[in-house]
Amino acid sequence: MNKEHLEPWLPTLGVVALVIVWYLAVWMRVVDPVLLPSPIDTFGAMWTGMKGGKLGSDFLVTVERTVYATLIASAVSIPLGIFLGASERLYRSVEFVIDFFRSTPASAMFPLFLVLFGVGDRTKISVAAFGAALVILFNVAYGVMNARKTRLLAAKAMGASRFRILTDVMLLESLPQTFVGLRNGVSLALVIVVVAEMFIGSTDGLGNRVFEAQQLFAMPDMYAAIFAAGALGYGLNLFFLTIERRFVHWAGR
Amino acid sequence: MAVSELQRRDTSAAETGAAAAVPAHVTIRGLTKRFGNASIYESFDFDIPRGKLVSIFGPNGCGKSTLINMIAGLIPVDAGEILFAGKPLNQITFGYVFQNYREALFPWLRSLENIEYPLKLRKVPKPERRAKVERLVAHLSVKIDLNCYPYQLSGGQQQLVSIMRALVVDPEILFLDEPFSALDYEMTLFMREQLQRIFMETKTTTVLVSHDLEEAVYLADRILLLSRHPARIADFVAYDAARPRNDATLSDPDFVRIKAHCLKIFQREVRKK
Repeated sequence: MNKEHLEPWLPTLGVVALVIVWYLAVWMRVVDPVLLPSPIDTFGAMWTGMKGGKLGSDFLVTVERTVYATLIASAVSIPLGIFLGASERLYRSVEFVIDFFRSTPASAMFPLFLVLFGVGDRTKISVAAFGAALVILFNVAYGVMNARKTRLLAAKAMGASRFRILTDVMLLESLPQTFVGLRNGVSLALVIVVVAEMFIGSTDGLGNRVFEAQQLFAMPDMYAAIFAAGALGYGLNLFFLTIERRFVHWAGR
Repeated sequence: MAVSELQRRDTSAAETGAAAAVPAHVTIRGLTKRFGNASIYESFDFDIPRGKLVSIFGPNGCGKSTLINMIAGLIPVDAGEILFAGKPLNQITFGYVFQNYREALFPWLRSLENIEYPLKLRKVPKPERRAKVERLVAHLSVKIDLNCYPYQLSGGQQQLVSIMRALVVDPEILFLDEPFSALDYEMTLFMREQLQRIFMETKTTTVLVSHDLEEAVYLADRILLLSRHPARIADFVAYDAARPRNDATLSDPDFVRIKAHCLKIFQREVRKK
């Protein structure tokens, strides 16, 4: 066996190690078995939950809300970010407002959005969209502003109009940073959606599943829901990363 | 007055009467440029002769690149007039090659699409663009896989792609801003020969900013030596050796003498405070 052969399997080592430690912890009763069920019980609960159980439907509801929130945030922020980024002075004039609300925990906005939109999907989606929008906006605007000066000059020297420079150079120059914004935005949207599902009068979603399982002391179910949320977050990130590698193949070259 | 003075300098340095007979392609009059408190150009007058390769050489920060950036309209002038055979910049076609080819090329386009881009801006239909690039490739006998993205090419190949992008519009004047200074020595030597060949074949008026005196003289018909800023013409030297020049040129007495003369002027200007 040569070493290169083993290379693709390296990432699984951590997973295997975690499961072994987990097993040992349960077997040696380091933690109360009520609080820490065995991996088999947990993955069993995940399997039955995802296969036609409530976990599966809750998973899809959370996916739907996160996707909607990200779509709304992108639809607003990408054009706005390009517009603001195209003029550095314009961006500087609104930078404080963007940074202020970007730094405000979105969870602090729940009560406000509850008053505005009532108890329901619209509140959860709009708070998540709000949080994601600012992250995406900030990244898109910076992507446009940090477009390489030489590249803009090269386009100018070839006789490109201001509009062509925007569409042919600035937009593409900002793409790598836009994807950074999208990945951060979708992660934040998921966080906000899950938190919203836990509290404000929710009846479904992964956040609700975790919360309910905890209330019922159904620990395998709770861990299963946590892992499902983790898988979702990882999957969304991977999704954007795959698109990014495909379309922004030149980034950093 | 400026012209006659120029010509006098020209002939005195060139020791060939023919230099004065070359008509001006670009006329620069009263050019003034300030960066903050520093005056880079103050009522600067200069003529770029038609069909010649002019090297610009001078102390660091004297405004060599600033000069061609202003001529090419990439940075605004504070005062003065630059005309191309009497026409303003927006009525002529020119090519511009940047030092930093990595940042000047578009990495999201294949090399071929990069070269075609200026034609696309001019709304040339695709078949004609392809044909035009193919002719240029054949003409320069370039051996690069133009379906590659720029980042898949070597530095020299990338700079060759950006030179082709500048040439594809048949410019009447070509600007090169230290085009080889980001390349290794071997590649620099190769690229000098490429540029010389291109110049011999197209006879396009060429302005080359260089920080390497040997390169400046080797490639040039005329060497413009600038003083520290505010930049003045320290000397305008002619070097009329026949082309193609080669390694032997570098040890030719004429070359050595002119290079020594330029170095003397340069040293004089550097020591001035």
